[in-house]
Amino acid sequence: MNNPSRRRRRLSEHLVAYSFLGAGVLCFALFSWYPIVRGWLLGFQEVTFSQPATWVGWDNYRRLFADPLFVTAWKNTGYFTLLALVFGFAAPFLTAVVLNEFRHARSYLRMTVYLPVMLPPIVTMLLWRWFYDPGPGLFNNVLETFHLPAQQWLESENISMISLVLVSTWANMGTTTLIYLAALGSIPGEVYEAAELDGASIRQRLWHVTIPQMRFILMITLLLQIIGTMQVFIEPYVLTGGGPDDATVTVLLLLYRYAFVYNDFGMASAMSTVLFIVLGLFAAVYLRLTRGKG
Amino acid sequence: MVTISVNGMPPKTQPVDRKYFEDDVKAFEKEHPKIKIDAREGQMDPKTFSAKLAGGQLEDVYYVYFTDPAGLIQRRQGAAITDYVKNTPRVKDIKPEYLKVFTGPDGKLYGLPNGQYSLGLIYNRALFKKAGLDPDKPPTTWEGVRAAAKKITALGDGTVGYADYSKNNQGGWHFTSWVYSMGGDIAAQKDGKWKAAFDSKAGHDALQMLHDMRWTDNSMGTRQLLQIDDVQKMMGSGKLGMYMAGPDNIPTIVKQFEREYSEYGVAAMPGKATLGGGNGFMFNPKASPEKIEAGIEWVLWKYLNPDRTEFEDKRASGNDVPIGLPLDRLFNGAAETEQDRAHEKYANVPQENYEPFVERNALLDQKVEPPNAQQIYTVLDGVMQAVLTKKDADLDQLLVDASKKVDTILATVR
Repeated sequence: MNNPSRRRRRLSEHLVAYSFLGAGVLCFALFSWYPIVRGWLLGFQEVTFSQPATWVGWDNYRRLFADPLFVTAWKNTGYFTLLALVFGFAAPFLTAVVLNEFRHARSYLRMTVYLPVMLPPIVTMLLWRWFYDPGPGLFNNVLETFHLPAQQWLESENISMISLVLVSTWANMGTTTLIYLAALGSIPGEVYEAAELDGASIRQRLWHVTIPQMRFILMITLLLQIIGTMQVFIEPYVLTGGGPDDATVTVLLLLYRYAFVYNDFGMASAMSTVLFIVLGLFAAVYLRLTRGKG
Repeated sequence: MVTISVNGMPPKTQPVDRKYFEDDVKAFEKEHPKIKIDAREGQMDPKTFSAKLAGGQLEDVYYVYFTDPAGLIQRRQGAAITDYVKNTPRVKDIKPEYLKVFTGPDGKLYGLPNGQYSLGLIYNRALFKKAGLDPDKPPTTWEGVRAAAKKITALGDGTVGYADYSKNNQGGWHFTSWVYSMGGDIAAQKDGKWKAAFDSKAGHDALQMLHDMRWTDNSMGTRQLLQIDDVQKMMGSGKLGMYMAGPDNIPTIVKQFEREYSEYGVAAMPGKATLGGGNGFMFNPKASPEKIEAGIEWVLWKYLNPDRTEFEDKRASGNDVPIGLPLDRLFNGAAETEQDRAHEKYANVPQENYEPFVERNALLDQKVEPPNAQQIYTVLDGVMQAVLTKKDADLDQLLVDASKKVDTILATVR
């Protein structure tokens, strides 16, 4: 039945498909893969852009690992990620569970939770800067009302990182909450009804029904959150500049300094390659998990 | 016919400055029929500079701050102009310390300065009066600053006596100026190699004074990790007594916060020396010799032209453009006198408020920024932050630790 006209028709059909595919691949190659490969190469070069780049071997990496701030930045980023998981992972889940229980004003509440995501990040930062201001700031005024000691929210080495995590959590939890709400909505109502009939309390329902049903989505958001929070930049950049005394210098902030303050693109690229490898590991786990479900 | 692209054109939000610039372009082109100017807004922005250079978009003549040339020269991102200006008498009239900023380790000249400032103290004259201080006699020593700051803070209602920066490399920049004023140095050359030099009595005295003002007197406010715009805002809202800045800060505060020039005075930096900064122009290393030649002609005509000062001042007077601030004293001898005469004739800002600055500033040592300034400032930001946010900061340890870090940065200076 494989007559030539049919084969031709199939080929022409495939040709259209391949040309669509080709355009996509070209776009990816040009705007995604080429910059990544170029970034790797830059990590082995001294770049001035006025003259051809010169190869310097592992020099940039050697200088990078010798910079005491490199270790500080990774430690700080790890600390931020850990804190972000404590606050940022639990908060949206609990909010979603609570919101899911509301029968009335549900869409209004969802919108309210999502509102901070819609604010431009710089507005969020400036707003929180006022919250944290040790003088006329909101938080210290509230503490004062309850006769509690004022805090140096951004100026204390001990709590500045926690302060940054709070901002980040507040600004980003709307999206995760909506994902959780959608997942909660997909749990069949009968399962809850059965649990209720068996006399399960709210806590038991949460523990034995909700969490097991959402295990997969929780794992995915956890990984996405790790990948996202390890790239924290705007919070320390705007609120603390990496201070006090380097307590909030993060990997991306240091990378930014190499590239745009010192104009050392070789070092910046080496740093971004290291970050790429670390994030790549998490991404690999994420891919593996989602592939199973695909 | 040669067309050169230049930046430094004022944005449209400054209509008066923009119009003057455009008029100047026309006048220049009329006088130089073989040169055409392709003018663009902006200046040297480290965020976009490399991309522009790599993509062939960098202007032939580009605006830089005094902190930029050393790094740009080291990375070969500016063209040498020594051969082009060797027969230009006006370049010889420029004060050598400002030409030095644009001179590479090879002794060649890589740019021309066009603006200059020395750091001093900007102060609120009304708060001085209210606190029982004489606004015509601002402090000349750091002890005097400390005493004045205490009195101003005592006015209450959230008033801060003295504020300083400690974020985004601006803390390091000001700490440098503190150390200079105390008679010390940030970096010094020994046997041809650069070493950190601020772990010294001057460095310690600077930190001690900052510490005492912040924690013993409580005259520096509670909010720290400040940068220039935060402090300008405090000054603009009438809640700040003094801060370290160049006289060029005054127009910014007056315009941005709708204040009057008469409200502010400038004092020279207390102590022995001050840090001088400024801006200038450098040339694209990929530009042709004709373009570089034309670019130099444009910079000399537009920005370094004492013959045009009187015309410019006359044109600007009465148009909300401040004339008579103690700035831009780039020339020596006759050229300087000529410019001073014009500024005095058309001054529209209260020059008597700047007398304390003008009189004492001339007696101070003028120092420029250390090599690899931005990297060093990142480290010194940490020193400023520690002193201003930790009451029990170990000052000596801070200096030792920071010195070690700065030594590694200075080891890369070529």
